[in-house]
Order: sequence, then structure tokens, then C-alpha cells
Amino acid sequence: MQQKMSENGAIPRQGKVLTVDTMNANVKKVDYAVRGPIVQRAVQIEKELKEGVKKPFDEVIKANIGDAHAMGQRPITFFRQVMALCTYPQLLDDNKFPEDAKNRARRILQSCGGNSIGAYTTSQGIDCVRQDVAKYIERRDGGIPSDPDNIYLTTGASDGIVTILKLLTAGEGLTRTGVMISIPQYPLYSASIAELGAVQINYYLNEEKCWSLDISELQRSLQAARKHCNPRVLCIINPGNPTGQVQSRQCIEDVIQFAAKENLFLMADEVYQDNVYAKGCEFHSFKKVLFEMGPEYSKKVELASFHSTSKCYMGECGFRGGYMEVINMDADVKAQLTKLVSVRLCPPAPGQALMDLVVNPPQPGEPSHQTFMQERTAVLSALAEKAKLTEQILNTVPGISCNPVQGAMYSFPRITLPERAISEAKAKGQAPDMFYCMKLLEETGICLVPGSGFGQREGTYHFRMTILPPTDKLKLMLNKLKDFHQRFTQQYS
Amino acid sequence: MREKTLTMDTLNPQVKAVEYAVRGPIVIKAGEIERCLEEGGTKPFSEVIKANIGDAHAMGQQPITFLRQVVALCTFPELMESPSFPEDAKWRARRILQGCGGHSLGSYSASAGVEYIRKDIAAYIEQRDEGVPSNWEDIYLTTGASDGIMTILRLLVSGKDSSRTGVMIPIPQYPLYSAAISEMDAVQVNYYLDEDNCWALDINELHRAYQAAKQHCQPRVICIINPGNPTGQVQSKKCIEEVLHFAYEENLFVMSDEVYQDNVYAPDCQFHSFKKVLYEMGPEYYNSVELASFHSTSKGYTGECGFRGGYMEVINMDPEVKAQLVKLLSVRLCPPLSGQAAMDVIVNPPQPDEHSYQQFHQEKSSVLGALAEKAKLTEEILNAVPGIKCNPVQGAMYAFPRIFIPPKAMEEAKTLGMQPDMLYCLRLLEETGICVVPGSGFGQKDGTYHFRMTILPSKEKLKVLLGKLRDFHVSFLKEYSALE
Repeated sequence: MQQKMSENGAIPRQGKVLTVDTMNANVKKVDYAVRGPIVQRAVQIEKELKEGVKKPFDEVIKANIGDAHAMGQRPITFFRQVMALCTYPQLLDDNKFPEDAKNRARRILQSCGGNSIGAYTTSQGIDCVRQDVAKYIERRDGGIPSDPDNIYLTTGASDGIVTILKLLTAGEGLTRTGVMISIPQYPLYSASIAELGAVQINYYLNEEKCWSLDISELQRSLQAARKHCNPRVLCIINPGNPTGQVQSRQCIEDVIQFAAKENLFLMADEVYQDNVYAKGCEFHSFKKVLFEMGPEYSKKVELASFHSTSKCYMGECGFRGGYMEVINMDADVKAQLTKLVSVRLCPPAPGQALMDLVVNPPQPGEPSHQTFMQERTAVLSALAEKAKLTEQILNTVPGISCNPVQGAMYSFPRITLPERAISEAKAKGQAPDMFYCMKLLEETGICLVPGSGFGQREGTYHFRMTILPPTDKLKLMLNKLKDFHQRFTQQYS
Repeated sequence: MREKTLTMDTLNPQVKAVEYAVRGPIVIKAGEIERCLEEGGTKPFSEVIKANIGDAHAMGQQPITFLRQVVALCTFPELMESPSFPEDAKWRARRILQGCGGHSLGSYSASAGVEYIRKDIAAYIEQRDEGVPSNWEDIYLTTGASDGIMTILRLLVSGKDSSRTGVMIPIPQYPLYSAAISEMDAVQVNYYLDEDNCWALDINELHRAYQAAKQHCQPRVICIINPGNPTGQVQSKKCIEEVLHFAYEENLFVMSDEVYQDNVYAPDCQFHSFKKVLYEMGPEYYNSVELASFHSTSKGYTGECGFRGGYMEVINMDPEVKAQLVKLLSVRLCPPLSGQAAMDVIVNPPQPDEHSYQQFHQEKSSVLGALAEKAKLTEEILNAVPGIKCNPVQGAMYAFPRIFIPPKAMEEAKTLGMQPDMLYCLRLLEETGICVVPGSGFGQKDGTYHFRMTILPSKEKLKVLLGKLRDFHVSFLKEYSALE
């Protein structure tokens, strides 16, 4: 801290108010690898390329983030038509827009203050949208009732997840809330736990068994955690991120039983529910399984399920649309939840409108149905193809082993790193898979996220890459990756 | 049945402490009454008038055509082929889309926002502040201004017990601040605005509040809302200088909430940005005072609340802290793209030589002119009511009149376990259907009572509202002044 006399003799200013020493200590603990250091370097390299700097490649391939449109996927025409009609209702007179799009737009607008998406909505979200979400859930779950009053629209699924975690975080020291999360996990969970000052409890998914969930592992992790905190919540991501596994129905039942027995609040992150590719795999919602297990469970287990407009076949990340359904929440706590979300007024109205379309798409017989189905099918089958392709190509690389990509949008292959590479990384103070990914980026322009950003068993290394680039680019990328891995292995042997 | 995991006893105590009156108990009651009316119930009125929230479109204000055209073009680029959209809207939409991944509004943007938009905001700020430089890298797009405000507060809250961060806020304030402080378990430090002086900020009061607070916490930040909410006062340049000097002396981070910067009505008032005043105070101040300024798409003349658009400009932040800020924002990925696009249009509106300028200018003037009229009207009518005193509504969107509550009403409120102004507002709601927010929701000097109403209903409806309010107040006074 330097003291200097200013020109006019005014009192010299002390150091800054806000420094890394005075700032919120919990914020310092937050890490979010998906947009972390490797991505920052990738952005820098992109700028260098633009400025004409010579590199061994002419573009950066951003396979780090689940952003489908950024990688060329097209939006669903019907959705954008309805959104445009809601945004600029003068288009309701334009005969280039189909009647079914107009009807949905009118319905949404009628539910908005002043018939405008520029009005705040209620904090829980537009009524008719929540009703449509509830109906969608009922259809999806074979008729099991869904109450619109249990639905909260959110600013992306992340918003809902953080809100529920906020409610759950309490206690001090040994009674501090423990949050059970899968390893590997999507690092929103670890970041939120760090910021809230809750206790992270890791349960390891079984890589040898296609990343399945093992109840004995849940048990082990819970017992160990009880020694130093109060485990109160269990988070699952199904289909999984980064792993892509689609849990079996039996497994979901086992988890529910476990949560019931151990009095854990269940958080089911189901944003990839439409992204299921592998034959023999099927999405089972936690809500459906819970209710099919009978009243002993369905009347007791506290569950929050999350969905989003960012993934599946629509990939509308930028609209920040999402919802959560809360089951068996204590009525007073629910009032607190409603109060908490009211401070932020409401989620973005366009995102809410979009969610309405996701849960209420064109039906057979409606003018837009055919095109809609065509587009939806094209996206999902391309993803299924790319999932298979990725798994196949990666498995031909000696030193890379990739579990089947059953669902979601990523592969999370295990990589074998030579000892010398591991030592060099450690000497640099870098996680070995970060070292690997940085080199990959610098040599090929491919941006992936090291497995250390998601968590992995000690002594194992992985990376997460998306399957989102168009098929040709994906093939190119995978082959470059293959070449790189072989070079890297040779170089450090 | 086993007890639930998540109950009032096990709930995060900080969440329990949060209150947000703008959508609190009275608004919940208003919702119940609305539903009752919808289902055919009878009340002494036929509609609920929601004058509780600064939501212009809900009260019939029309969107700015040009803004909606640009956002529609961004949403459905096929419209670029349509002759019904002007060229100036199209080129703006093209530019925004070029800044988006895959040229789609459906991509995540960089966590700080689309680069082009950040640059446009910086250019806007420079123009608004008559040349004071703005660096686009200091600009962050946010999900409404509330998001930016909470993020900055999160960075600032640290320490324990007597070193716990104290946050200086005006009384009365917009209760996002008190809610955030409760949630983060920071220490709320109240400084009272001077009602007798048109809600001006008194530097002596700042000193008093600061010194008192130092006994039990570490004041680190001062929040100002200018133009004010709920009070509507527009601070003078001199006052802003005094606040900045105070912040400089006492080493405080300044947060200036300027979402109503386009809502200035009183002819003798002018908006001065904190940034500009700081710059004009010279390098000693300009290079050192840590300042975050906030803006939004929700107010002004566009009233686009539902888009959740906003930005903050952060000056003199420690570079290491800035990296932490960027990291924190990255966890939530990015603010909604349609809100970012809306913000871009606000900072880059049609210019006089462009096709859409005439209509744009007409619409903007019409909205602002109506608001100015309604501000004056509200002040006048309220001041004509015995027992109501209303300061001039210099800016923003609200009136915050002081109301005289008879002692008997105060007793009844006490018996019912509620604030006297809550009792007043509940009775007002039940008898007239008018929903306003009690002053206790914003804070007020002990022993004084107020309510906040918006000036947003249409002029005709506003006159009706004010007439009913006057009648209610007179009868309320009568009822509680009656001798035993």
C-alpha cells in the first residue's frame, strides 16, 4: 500500500476497499471449469488468429460447452415463429405465419400483463405456462398428476438449482448442510456449494459399469459424511453430465428408497431428458418412479426436478428458460421459496414463452406439426449418430477409453497419461489433465475441459468434449485428437 | 409420517429473514381478491388496480416499436426478407446476431455479454457523459439491474462480527437492497433521506450513520438510488459530489443505481451520472473511488421489465477482484440474449438521419410526457387531501406520500400485530381494490407512515385511483377519529 501526497494536498487514499483479502472468501473458493482458464486461453487464441498470428490450425473448435447453436445447430422454426409473434404482435396480421403459431402466441400474450412480454410476470411464472408444464409432465409420466402450483419457472435450470440449494443450506460446523453430488458432476453444483458454504459430499459413479450409480457407494459416502456434517440433500443428474449415462429404472428406485430411508431431499437434474440415444436406454423421470413406488414414498420423499430450454432438441441456451417441479415441500417452506424468488421479480418472459412451446409443441393435425417433427427428429438423430461416432473413434485410440454415450451431449473418455507428463504437470502446479488439454489446445485449436473440472477418481484422468460440432467437423476433430494423443504419448514416454 | 427434511426449523435462516414488500403480503392479498372477482365474487369495486409495482406495460404503456422490431428480427431472422421491417432495424439485428454464437440468439454469450453490445453501451455512456471515457471491458450485461446489484454485494460481503461488511442504504430504499443484505447476512446501515427537504441526501446524516455503524460492523459500501425509489428525488450535482467525497474519505465502494436515469420530470432537475461527476472531481477521485453504476431495460421510456435486461459499469475495481467477478458470472453462463438485444437498442436508438427516428422519437416523447404529466397530477391531487402530504415527484415512477394515521388506527394495527401503514393499505385494498405498498416495506423515520404508489396507470385511471384514494383517506380519518 503506497502512500503518496497528492498534488492538492488532499488526504492520501488508502488501498482499495475491495481486494482479494477483503472480498467474500466463499467466492474465492468457487470454480467453474466449463468457462475456466482453458476457455479463457481459447478465446485469447481466437483473437490472435483474427489478428493474423500463425498457428498450426486455422480455427479454434469450442467443444467445451453444451451450446448447440454455437456449433451450427438450427433453432426449431415453430418456436422462433411464436417467439417473434410474442415479441412483435403486429406479425399476427402477417399471413406468412401459421395459425397454430399465432394461437399459441395469443394465448401467451393474454396471460401477460398488458398483453405484453415486456411486463413482469408473477414470480412463479406465467400461469398458463405453468399449467402447460404440468400437463406436459402428466403426459410424459403416463398420467401421474402434476399440480401447476408446484411448478416454478426459472432463469435456466441453474437458477432453480441454486435457489433450492439456498433453502437447504443451514447449520454450523457438524450440523452444516452436506450436499451429496456425483463424481463426476456438472460443476454448477460444486460452485454453488462453495459459494453457499455448504459441505460437498462426493459419491463416485462407477466408470467400469458405464458410470452407473451404486447404492453401496451412496451408503459409504453418506456414513463418512455424517462424521463432519449434516447430509440433507442428494443431487442426481439424469441423463448424466458429463458422463451421459442414462440411469435404469431400478437404479432410480434404489436411489429413491435410499433418500427416503436417510431423509434426504432429492434434486433431480433432468435437463437432458430428450437426449437419450442408446438402444435399451429410456428416460424415467424421478417423479414418475416415485409415484409408481406407492404412497409410502410418493407422500413423503421431498423432490425437486429440473428442466431447461437449453438442451434436448431445441438448444435454446441464450433464452435462459427453465422450470422446476417441487414435490412434497413443506407448505411454509414453499411460501418462503415463493418469497425468495419474488425478490428477483421473475424469470425472463421470452424464456417462459419458449418453455411453453417446449411443453406444448405442434400436435398431429396442426399445420406446423410435420415440419416440427422433421426438425426435431433431424436434430436428435444427428446427435445419436455423433454420440456413436465419438465413442467408436475414441475407442480406437490406444490410451483412450470411452464409455458409451447413452445420452446428454458429451463424451467423458478416460485418458492414460505417461508418468513423465504427469510429473511435468505437477511440477508446473497443473492438474495433469489440464496440462494435456492445454497442449491439445495450443497444438490443434481444440478446446475441451479437463476431467479435474468435473471430479474423477484419484489417479484417473479424463476430459469432457461435446458431441455438438457438425458431423464432418466432429470427425475432423476426433482424428486430430487421435493424432495428438499418440504424439503426446510418444513425446512423454 | 416421518418429519420432512426441509422445514421452517431447518430452512436457511437467512432466507427466513428476507422480506420484499413490493411483492409481499399485500400483493398476495390483491391476487386473492382478483381471483375472487374472476370467479364472480362481489366486491365494492370491479377491478384491482395494481399500483404496487413499477411495471409500465402491465398498466397499458406500449412498447417502443423499433425495439420490438429489432428483437423480433433477432429472434426470427427470416423476417430480414420482410418489407415490413425498416432497414435501420435490420442492420442493428444483423450486427447483434453477428456477435452471437452460430448467429443465433439461442447461443450462450460470453458471461459479460455480447462484445458488440458492451461496446455500444460504452459509446452510449461516453455520449451521455459528454465525452468522459468508458471502457467496454468495464461493462457487464446483467439479468436486470437486480442481478448486477446482487453480484457486487456478494463480492463485498465478508468478515465476522465487528468486521462484518456494513452496507449503507438510504431510508426509504428499494427493498432489493435490504433483502440482499438479509440473505447474505451483511449488516444493514441506514442513512435517512430528508423528507422535509424533498428527500435530499444530507451529508451530515451520512457521517452520523457511518460513525454509529463503525461500532458494530465494517462499513464497506454505500448504495444510492438516483433518481430515487421510492422517493423520486433527483439528486443535485453538488449532493453527488459530497457523497463521492464522503466515499473517498471513508474508503467506501459506491453502488449507484441509476435505472431511472431517463425518468426526470421536474424542469429544475437534471440527471448527473455518478461516473461523470466523479470524473469532473479530478484524477485523485476519478482514479481511486471504486464505483459500480447500474442500468436496466425495465424503466425509462421502454418499460421492458419482462426481458430482464441490464448492465453495470465497474470503475477502479482491483484487477484480481475483477477476475473473481468474471469467474462468478461464468457459473450462471450469461444473461438472457433477448434482454441484451433490448439493451443494445436502448443505447443505440434511431438517430435523426435514420428512417425510424420520427416514430421512435414520437413514441419516446409520448411516454415520457405522459409520465411527467402524471407525476405532477399525482403530487397535486394527493396534496389536496387533508392528512396526506406528497413531495414533488421529481423523477422515477412513484409517489411516496406521507399519511397521517389517527392514534386509534395505530392501536388497532398494534392489536392485529401489523404496521399501521399496512393496516391502512389493507383497508384501502379491501374497500377500493387499489393495491399500493406500505411505507414500512421501504423504511421510514420512526413514527412516520407512508405508502408507495406508481404513477403508471393511464391518466384517466390514475385520476379515478387518486379520487378513490382521497375518498378512502377522508373516510378512514373519520372512522378512526370518531369519539367513543
